[in-house]
Amino acid sequence: MNLTRRQLLLLLPAAAVAWESVLAGTPEASPNYKMTEHWWGMLIDISKCIGCGNCVRACATENDVPEGYFRTWVERYDVSDDDLVNPAVDSPDGGKEGFPLIQRGGKNFFVPKMCNHCADSPCTQVCPVGATFITPDGVVLVDKKYCLGCRYCIQACPYGCRFLNPKTNTAEKCTLCYHRITKGLTTACCENCPTGARQLADLKNPKDPIHAFLRTHDVQVLKPYLATGAKVFYNDLDGSVR
Amino acid sequence: MSRFKDAEHLLRLAAVFALGAVVLVVARAILVPKSFGEYGHYRGNAIAEIAAQPVKFAGHQACEACHADVATVKSKGMHVSVNCEACHGALASHADDPTGVQPPKLDTAVLCVRCHEVNGAQPKDFPQIVAKDHSAGVSCETCHQPHSPLIETGAKQ
Repeated sequence: MNLTRRQLLLLLPAAAVAWESVLAGTPEASPNYKMTEHWWGMLIDISKCIGCGNCVRACATENDVPEGYFRTWVERYDVSDDDLVNPAVDSPDGGKEGFPLIQRGGKNFFVPKMCNHCADSPCTQVCPVGATFITPDGVVLVDKKYCLGCRYCIQACPYGCRFLNPKTNTAEKCTLCYHRITKGLTTACCENCPTGARQLADLKNPKDPIHAFLRTHDVQVLKPYLATGAKVFYNDLDGSVR
Repeated sequence: MSRFKDAEHLLRLAAVFALGAVVLVVARAILVPKSFGEYGHYRGNAIAEIAAQPVKFAGHQACEACHADVATVKSKGMHVSVNCEACHGALASHADDPTGVQPPKLDTAVLCVRCHEVNGAQPKDFPQIVAKDHSAGVSCETCHQPHSPLIETGAKQ
């Protein structure tokens, strides 16, 4: 890049103003929300998912997710009777427009996937600049003003939930609709799930129905052996799901 | 200073180090954002910035504040768990300006089959159809009311 002295002199004050805005931040958007009173997670009920793709579309609309990238997506599993370790999985366009009919004869079901908002997340541990972090209320977020786009976190996530936004060149992921849950709304995917297969859960709220559900159902998290402290709980999860 | 005959250059070096330390401390104080470290090793203000993103789906509570009649019909039907914007789309703009922004017309031929067209992996108890055998091109709302879709004439299926 060739810069003339004139261009550089014009650029410097602009850069100074931009840095000033980074230093300042913006004021608190939700004055009545206390981070210390919440610990967010999600419940996904496999037995209720119909593969309509409403969650994927709602997420893309709410969060301006770039075409071809997903903060949440739906996988269709086909597990044959004699091979439980190699399920056939498809997810055409992340399940955004639903799934075409296939009859493969095995056990078929849908698995919606998203960031697990791990309590001990590998992605935040590897960030070299403190651009990704877990908030005091248990949501893993990315500070796009600080992100260098080094992709280290994308490799570190064992669930494949991160991507590099091709427009901003910063890491991006599910925010658990942080701008909604801090205003008392549920996430866009939960709001638009027609069968209630997705439920936002506040694990610090003793009145949240999640507690009774976790006590009375066979609930799992993905890859529990990695000890990531995943907070997306799956009901009726088949053992073949990776 | 008999033991260190050339102590002067050591002092000069010490001064350079001291100056470097001061520069580091001052530069750090200026360059590191005020909120960095407020909650952990990250910029605390980033949380508020992310929370300030505008909402696009208003949520069914906002819809029901005005459309209580539809909410009543829906609460008695099979679609009780289907929230408004699951079919009607993101309408926070309409909730903010009910007269200025009108919701788009919906096409049941697209909407109904999204959930109810058989795709091979739905739960067994979920009502599924093969659209071309089920209605042969007749639009869904000819028989079914979308807000309460069960046809209450014959035997329930």
